[in-house]
Amino acid sequence: MVPIIKVENLSKVFGKKPQVALELLDEGKSKDEILEQTGNTVGVNRATFDVEEGEIFVIMGLSGSGKSTLVRLLNRLIEPTEGSVYINEQNLAKMDKKELRQIRREKMSMVFQKFALFPFRTVLENAEYGLEIQGIDKEQRKEKAEKALELVGLGGYINQLPAQLSGGMQQRVGLARALANDPEVLLMDEAFSALDPLIRKEMQDELLDLQDRMKKTIIFITHDLDEALRIGDRIALMKDGSIVQIGSPEDILVNPANEYVEKFVEDVDRSKVLTAENIMKRPETINIEKHGPRVALERMKEEGLSSMYVVDRQRKLHGYVTADDASAAVKKDTKDLNEILRTDVPTVTPTTTMTEIFNIIYNSPVPVAVVDDGTLKGIIVRGAVIAALAGSEVNTEDVG
Amino acid sequence: MLDKLPKLEVAQPVRDLTDWIKEKFEFIFNPIKDDFGPFLEKLSEEWLAAIPAWLFILIVAVLAFFVSGKKFGFAIFSVLGLVFIYNQGQWVELMFTFVLVIAASFLAIIIGIPIGILMSKSKVIQSILTPVLDFMQTMPAFVYLIPTAAFFAIGMPPGVFAALIFAAPPTIRLTNLGIRQVSKELVEASEAFGSTGLQKLIKVELPMAKSTIMAGINQTVMLSLSMVVVASMIGAPGLGREVIRALQRADVGAGFVAGLGIVILAIIIDRFTQYMNKGKA
Repeated sequence: MVPIIKVENLSKVFGKKPQVALELLDEGKSKDEILEQTGNTVGVNRATFDVEEGEIFVIMGLSGSGKSTLVRLLNRLIEPTEGSVYINEQNLAKMDKKELRQIRREKMSMVFQKFALFPFRTVLENAEYGLEIQGIDKEQRKEKAEKALELVGLGGYINQLPAQLSGGMQQRVGLARALANDPEVLLMDEAFSALDPLIRKEMQDELLDLQDRMKKTIIFITHDLDEALRIGDRIALMKDGSIVQIGSPEDILVNPANEYVEKFVEDVDRSKVLTAENIMKRPETINIEKHGPRVALERMKEEGLSSMYVVDRQRKLHGYVTADDASAAVKKDTKDLNEILRTDVPTVTPTTTMTEIFNIIYNSPVPVAVVDDGTLKGIIVRGAVIAALAGSEVNTEDVG
Repeated sequence: MLDKLPKLEVAQPVRDLTDWIKEKFEFIFNPIKDDFGPFLEKLSEEWLAAIPAWLFILIVAVLAFFVSGKKFGFAIFSVLGLVFIYNQGQWVELMFTFVLVIAASFLAIIIGIPIGILMSKSKVIQSILTPVLDFMQTMPAFVYLIPTAAFFAIGMPPGVFAALIFAAPPTIRLTNLGIRQVSKELVEASEAFGSTGLQKLIKVELPMAKSTIMAGINQTVMLSLSMVVVASMIGAPGLGREVIRALQRADVGAGFVAGLGIVILAIIIDRFTQYMNKGKA
């Protein structure tokens, strides 16, 4: 798939001698050293990344890491010093003013941290803003703006002024204003950071919900790792103007690229982020089409297990057998595994979070089976859950 | 020691410059002198003064009532004040002063707001204009009377133009300030949706700056009133001329009456512009 946005070597230096600063960056000088030597501030240093259509790409970093500068380089609210931004293969950095305006009007909309609503305009007029400056006629823009407001749940407030609404509602207006243009890309600059935690969570859910329905590409800036992990399909971590790691939420947690990332993720509640996939083990199984109770008992003895999962050639899960049942069957000389097969299997999917696994594994006499579409992918034993919470022994490769 | 320094020629070049301007721009000054001046006089003396005083007062009272948010206080004050001026036989003088103030303020605003906008958009223009505005405001107001009298002879036009120079700076300054104070995020929002510079100005910056600009306009109107009074020294008609006449005759009573008329007019105009700002912002 062709990425909708492609960023290459994008840099921004604030100050009078940006080229000198860029050369110093090439020599490997740090942001602080360059500030001391030239008086220039490096905002963004050679950012390179792709954003796929329909994904939520989160750029996260602490304040001063350059994330807000980076998002403004994407729609050129700040002029890049160097590098390119391609949207649908057109280079934004090389466009003249008119072409750039066209992109801003039709392809990219922005949602701001402090909402940036126009206080003298009603909710409806705010949502209409982007359409109004395109010269779209009154009827049509009213219809589109109302639809966008409806979408964010503000259909009944269209004649209020922004100051009459709560923070969460104001940001919904901000979102509706951005959606009214029907852009391909939404740039969200710390869009939920000014909201209190409960409302923030609600808005995150709604954003995910909207994303499901509308399939927009979203570039979301945040300083909150929990938020990043919650909504991001992929996350780019920034430090001192550079991107230090790009990956899925799991990648970032499980394989921190360096100490900085590791420090960052240290405080995260791992039970909310890690899923069954991360802690499952390769299962020992027996094949129902080939093996009988005798083989099952042998294997269990060999591995020191008290139970074992039963699959077929396609690794479809059938159930499990226990060592006690197997030895009883051997005594009775039963040949068919089906007779001692137990099917009350505790199962989870690869994406089940650890929080949910706790409840299941607590009541289960056998390891939990991780099943994807009927196929056994792995098993989870109690010890693995505890180890994962302690922050070690987490696997990243596919096990099954 | 210092006495040996030859005297720097400043006065003469300024004199020469004024003569030069007068000669070169005659084609502008003459029509103003010959057409605009008589027009203003006609407007005050024949048209406005022809409206029956009671009707004029009634109109002002009704406007005052509505502009003050349907309260009677301001309307009653306007009626009493204007009746007093009429009663003292200063009605035509009031009309002259009124026309001068409106003409000077109107021109100051028409010229001032665009200059203020330019100033807010360019650091260079701002750094050039700031000292010029300081100069315009600190130079004793009387000084402006000399060249304007040279350009426009005596009467209403020099009064209008002296008042214009003296009164325009607050509108320019506060337009500049108002636009510069618009929050950065709002400007970014406007740009991020693809506004042109003009759209940004009209749809976001000017509405946001409106109450600051209105404060500047209020000051401009008040300053032009004070200048219009001073301009009576070069023959501008109106309440100011009554004050000067009283001064020449050392007539305290007549001076007080004319002065009171100016105060009443000042209060009415001031409240009008302030209420207009509050009402809409």
